[in-house]
Amino acid sequence: MDQTKRQKLKKLFLSTLYLSTFTFGGGYVIVTLLKNRFVDQYHWIDEEEMLDMAAIAQASPGAVAVNGAITVGYRICGIPGLIMAVLGAVIPPLVILSAVSLCYTAFISNPYVSAMLNGMRSGIGAVITSVVYDMGKNVVNTGDILNMAVMILSFCASYFFNVSTIVIIIAAASASMLRAVLSARGGKEA
Amino acid sequence: MILIQLFLSFFKIGCFSFGGGYAAMPLIQEQVIRTHHWMSMNTFADLVTIAEMTPGPIAVNAATFVGTQTAGISGAIAATLGCVLPSCIFVSVLAFIYTRYRKLSLLQHTLAGLRPAVVAMIAKAGVTILISAFFIEGIPAVHQVSARMILYFAAALFLLRKVKMNPVLVMGLCGVCEMVFYAAQTHLGP
Repeated sequence: MDQTKRQKLKKLFLSTLYLSTFTFGGGYVIVTLLKNRFVDQYHWIDEEEMLDMAAIAQASPGAVAVNGAITVGYRICGIPGLIMAVLGAVIPPLVILSAVSLCYTAFISNPYVSAMLNGMRSGIGAVITSVVYDMGKNVVNTGDILNMAVMILSFCASYFFNVSTIVIIIAAASASMLRAVLSARGGKEA
Repeated sequence: MILIQLFLSFFKIGCFSFGGGYAAMPLIQEQVIRTHHWMSMNTFADLVTIAEMTPGPIAVNAATFVGTQTAGISGAIAATLGCVLPSCIFVSVLAFIYTRYRKLSLLQHTLAGLRPAVVAMIAKAGVTILISAFFIEGIPAVHQVSARMILYFAAALFLLRKVKMNPVLVMGLCGVCEMVFYAAQTHLGP
């Protein structure tokens, strides 16, 4: 492996390591940060290509932050780049959460810590309620009756009938793909 | 054996969490709590709280936490590998298709149609977290309901939506309030 490629891989690893350590609040933030680093600072990728990669990262399953690192790594250095980028992206949460996990076991029996976590559960409940409200509002705002029906049916199937999430995702994806194909055949955009 | 189970469970989570971030939550809940009983609902709620406050995606955080709790560091690594492998595969395939055909529109339309189902799944996971927060011992019965937790929830929702306060700060506040309440109760109470 030549010198410049090794240099690039090292930079790539350190960049994703750094971004993954200091990015709170998940996926959508990290795509912007990846752009700052690789488009504006290193000039390894052009802006338009970065937009396409963000689209790929968001279309793939899994964490958007990891997907973003993978697309960039793969584009810059192929498979070795992909591996370096993934390592950089997962090492920080791996280290931090291993430590947290050990502390959790040690401290959960402490009544003060457990009271604090109890209180925070209400807080995270509010955070998720707020996220769901925004996401649900977006679905309702599309004005598409079928979308709303899918949302309500999926919730009922999952909550009242314990249908597994994987089954619901596959069913909804099949229905949605069928619809996309039909509307593409019909000549109008869905 | 446990390592293979961890790997496979998180591989499934990685394959079906479309839509980033919270989309992994219902799948983790199903795999980790319902199918394998690796974690209690209360611990899961704590995990989501911790994931929100530390850098890194929820799925990777959960993989490390569950892996460490069930099988130590090797468990954490097996689960994390399982969780990011689908991303590596999907992203590479999509990047290949994209460079070949320059088109992802069918996929993007399919994903847009999948979103309502994803919102519904997140909502369901949110409801179970709220139940574990509101009811003592997580049992949904009227005499078990904690009015204090509902008050925290309402206050947190207000701070998030109207004051636009940072979610981590809001959760921290809920935690501190409950800790102070506990301290006051044990030191001043009867």
